[in-house]
Amino acid sequence: MSLSGACAIAGVYEHPTRWAPDKTEFQIMAESAKGALDDAGLAIGDVDALFGASMTMGAMGIVELAEYLNLKPNYIDGTNIGGSSFVAHCTHAAAAIHAGLCDVALVLYGSTAASTAMAIGTGMGHGTRNAWESFQSPYGMTTVGSYAMVAQLHMEKYGTKPEQLAEIAVTMRRHAGLNPAAKMRAPITVDDVLSSRLISAPLHLLDCCIISDGGGAIVVTSMERARDLKKKPVQILGCGESVCHQEIGAPDLLTMGARQAGERAFAMAGVQRSDIDLAMVYDSFTITVLSTLENLGFCEVGEGGDFVSGGRIGLGGELPVNLDGGGLSNNHPGMRGIFLVIEATKQLRGECGDRQVKDAKLAVAHGTGGTLGVAHSGATLILGVD
Amino acid sequence: MAETPELVHPQVYASWETRGYWEGAGRGELVLQRCLSCGTVQHKPRGVCASCLSGDIEHFVASGRGTVYTFTVTHQNMVPPFAAACPYVMAYVQTEEGPRVLTHIVGCDPADVRIGMAVVADYQPQQRTDGEQFAVVRFRPAD
Ligand SMILES: [Zn+2]
Repeated sequence: MSLSGACAIAGVYEHPTRWAPDKTEFQIMAESAKGALDDAGLAIGDVDALFGASMTMGAMGIVELAEYLNLKPNYIDGTNIGGSSFVAHCTHAAAAIHAGLCDVALVLYGSTAASTAMAIGTGMGHGTRNAWESFQSPYGMTTVGSYAMVAQLHMEKYGTKPEQLAEIAVTMRRHAGLNPAAKMRAPITVDDVLSSRLISAPLHLLDCCIISDGGGAIVVTSMERARDLKKKPVQILGCGESVCHQEIGAPDLLTMGARQAGERAFAMAGVQRSDIDLAMVYDSFTITVLSTLENLGFCEVGEGGDFVSGGRIGLGGELPVNLDGGGLSNNHPGMRGIFLVIEATKQLRGECGDRQVKDAKLAVAHGTGGTLGVAHSGATLILGVD
Repeated sequence: MAETPELVHPQVYASWETRGYWEGAGRGELVLQRCLSCGTVQHKPRGVCASCLSGDIEHFVASGRGTVYTFTVTHQNMVPPFAAACPYVMAYVQTEEGPRVLTHIVGCDPADVRIGMAVVADYQPQQRTDGEQFAVVRFRPAD
């Protein structure tokens, strides 16, 4: 039997906090675990597989997390490939469940990136004693700088306009306005984005994700078991992973990990791009959305500027993207991949109120981790309901 | 526009795999690697060829000429010494020999940098206390 459709997301929880100076990462993860298990109608005693990653968990962090939760899992996976980690965790969980290695998997994320003033976008230094990083550290590579170089190249090569990137930020903010939990809800205009200060040209402040605290949890189990649980199961129909890097010094900055991971996920699911009702894609920056949609195959490379224009990626458009408001406006606690899966799941269950995509049956979630212009990871999930 | 204040690049750390590059820069040379088995030219330096995994690698002095592949004018970087040097230009330069190298564009107004413009390597020797003669490679507009 194929992995496609064998497993399902049975429970999800997005922690409501956006500012939690009184909490730790593990505490946010534990509170989220409770939320997702309640959502599924399961208890912590049912969990036999643990998946997690965070901004500060060390090499054996997943073992410490199991200790914190008093869990003795049969299967553990602390894979950390950046913000896409949790999308990949769902794939790994489905594979392990399908192989009979475990039954109920818990995927966790928690972060106090904002309240501990973690410098994510333009403040992270590099290890001076690392020979590999010494090819970046003398140049002050920032996360935003690496994405800005992709945006600059896209504009030069295809005539993509700052206004088109700005429309992505405006759309995410409009969606956040429909999400009571979102951090930034006041509407913005294209002019607001273009007149916000340049951080790393051509990206402005409002082209960049916000920084918040937060966390979430996902419960993955077999489709067979999920059918008997509290909520409508959301099937994992396709999955894919990738790493995209400098390729011996010749980075192709417009090809993303989303191409390799997306092609595999769509092929496994056996669905077309035109079948997809909504997309949840990592939006660290506006350019990330444009480039991800191109690389997932929703349009050709170079056509992204037009594709994101005219309301196409907004609620009610041809391909609604990031209905929760994304990292640009809802929340961005450092690694936001888990929220892509959580929102896609809620949308497919029809639980999203004002921001609900009508009759949503099929969703794609794609996470990007790392720095787009240097080395990054990609993880794709195709999710569906009957 | 005011001239960008001279940035003193942070100290680099060399492993035995990367030492040839940094020592070359210290001599004012852009050093790349070539695989003697398959001919691949590579950067960043490694102890093996990243195309065929052969260990038969040579270092060679590249021309130091290239073109700007893409760039960003950095207006915000909170880490010293970069904070004081904003706005500065971070870029990938397409070298004549093939590899694209991460670098800075110096010696011109950031507003004048364009994708495709011809540039040549420029070396900033490091002031070090460990006796190493290393330099950081930047590029400036070709004459
Ligand atoms: Zn070779």
